[in-house]
Amino acid sequence: MLANLIGWIDERFPATKLWKEHLSEYYVPKNFNFWYFFGSLALLVLVLQIVTGIFLTMHYKPDTNLAFASVEYIMRDVEWGWLIRYLHSTGASAFFVVIYLHMFRGLMYGSYKQPRELVWIFGMLIYLALMAEAFMGYLLPWGQMSYWGAQVIISLFGAIPFIGEQLSLWLRGDFVIADATLNRFFAFHVIAVPLVLIGLIVAHIIALHEVGSNNPDGIEIKNYKDKRGIPIDGIPFHPYYTVKDIMGMIVFLFIFSSILFYIPEFGGWFLEHDNFIPADPFKTPEHIAPVWYFTPFYAILRAIPSMAGSAFPGVIAMGLSILFLFLIPWLDRSPIKSIRYRGIYFRIALVSFIISFLTLGFLGTQPVTGLYTLLAQICSTIYFAFFILMPFYTKIDNDKPVPKRVTFK
Amino acid sequence: MNKIVDNDKRRFLTTAASIVVGGVGTIATAVPFVASMLPSAKSKAAGAPVEIDISKLEFGQQIIIEWRKKPVWIVRRSEETIRELSNIDNILLDPNSSNTNQQPEYCKNASRSIRDEFLVLIGVCTHLGCSPTYVPKIEAGSKNLGDDWNGGFFCPCHGSKFDLAGRVHKGVPAPKNLAVPPHHFIGNNRIRIGDELQGDV
Repeated sequence: MLANLIGWIDERFPATKLWKEHLSEYYVPKNFNFWYFFGSLALLVLVLQIVTGIFLTMHYKPDTNLAFASVEYIMRDVEWGWLIRYLHSTGASAFFVVIYLHMFRGLMYGSYKQPRELVWIFGMLIYLALMAEAFMGYLLPWGQMSYWGAQVIISLFGAIPFIGEQLSLWLRGDFVIADATLNRFFAFHVIAVPLVLIGLIVAHIIALHEVGSNNPDGIEIKNYKDKRGIPIDGIPFHPYYTVKDIMGMIVFLFIFSSILFYIPEFGGWFLEHDNFIPADPFKTPEHIAPVWYFTPFYAILRAIPSMAGSAFPGVIAMGLSILFLFLIPWLDRSPIKSIRYRGIYFRIALVSFIISFLTLGFLGTQPVTGLYTLLAQICSTIYFAFFILMPFYTKIDNDKPVPKRVTFK
Repeated sequence: MNKIVDNDKRRFLTTAASIVVGGVGTIATAVPFVASMLPSAKSKAAGAPVEIDISKLEFGQQIIIEWRKKPVWIVRRSEETIRELSNIDNILLDPNSSNTNQQPEYCKNASRSIRDEFLVLIGVCTHLGCSPTYVPKIEAGSKNLGDDWNGGFFCPCHGSKFDLAGRVHKGVPAPKNLAVPPHHFIGNNRIRIGDELQGDV
């Protein structure tokens, strides 16, 4: 009976074919480690954000006179509203934690390299879309940080020569951040960007399944196949990795719910204190900083002084800091993928890059002072040196010999 | 008549024509959508001038009013403050207000004002649009602005500093002096912000 039904469907829609291609007969290297949890976790958080988001829109009002109060209404008066809202706000930060670790994995094991350049590019586009999504979502509660954060970021576009003024006016839909801005950010946040995100995620996974997953050894398992044409070092994604990923999800949800139930604001890092004050267009808070996941780029922006009467250089530096990530597949000249077999130069470069990124992240949360500005300039230099010098140090690096088969204990 | 058809050329022309016609159509369709995001007629109309009574403003005091949804500051400066303005020209980026976009012609002077006593500024940082904080000379310590702080405005977002004529310091992120809005006095005690009178200077 069931077999008949499946047969009936398969003649009309490739259900079994899709299941096999992407799960039960998608062969994945057997030597995945801890770092390979974060892709599936990102998917989990995406679902969480979409579901909680849908329920939040049922009570939220995108109107400058009502928005702040409607969020408080959700928190206090809506049944379980506090839970849904905290799931969404904690989920936003969790999304970036997971994505940053996922990207770091890619950097470590060379997952951006030939033939996975497009997997990386799609991933970077997802990251960009996610930043837009988070930024616009942060305006919606209409608190002080929402307002002034949006003011600063939209003014960034205003620093672009010639078209800047008009462009920022067009983005805001008014001469300042106003009702028009809030309303359109709501539209982008709940429908436009999520649609783009889902499309990009589908492309990311299709591209990945076309070339096959990388692994901690950076060795292509497709090079060694058995008689049936199946990689010797590969195991089907389902059930082997679905089970492993479920284990990862349990651990993740354990940590996630601890934060959710005990410290949902995370000491001002996930929900900033000033955002519990309604937006006041006349008073910038004493200390404004973006939410933690944007602070490294914000620190780079602040580290560059204005030149020739324009704040544009800082904006360019911030744009480049993200653009360079897109280019890594072509900046890295080493034939070796995994850090396990790469030389000392790349290892030093990657460690300094991560340290400078984290330091910039910290500096972006701090007020500007002479010493911190200098430190931010040093870290920005290291950040860019990682990319600009990459073609040189990866070429002359003393890479180690790579084994033919993946190592697996 | 020559019956030989150049298929490559035919294919090229059909492709080119499709791209051009399709492209023009796409752009034409996009226009209304893109234009719908510009400020509406209603928000454009909300730019009427505002008037304020300044008779109760004390020396060193600041009032903030709304004009075109932006904060506009009025600060009353003492004679001493005005005298001190020229002392710090060397640490300013544009001490002579050479950038003519940042003030009306009648405020392109040493105190950047119509009447020296009353400073009128749009309270929006020229860097990224935050609203700087007024820090009088005596409160310099509260923001670690140093002993040589003559009073002025400090932007909490990125640390830009402006003097008591809204002129930007060197070496801070803000690239331009704070803007002076068009304004004029009505009698002795009222300022009207948003338009100017002929011959008011």
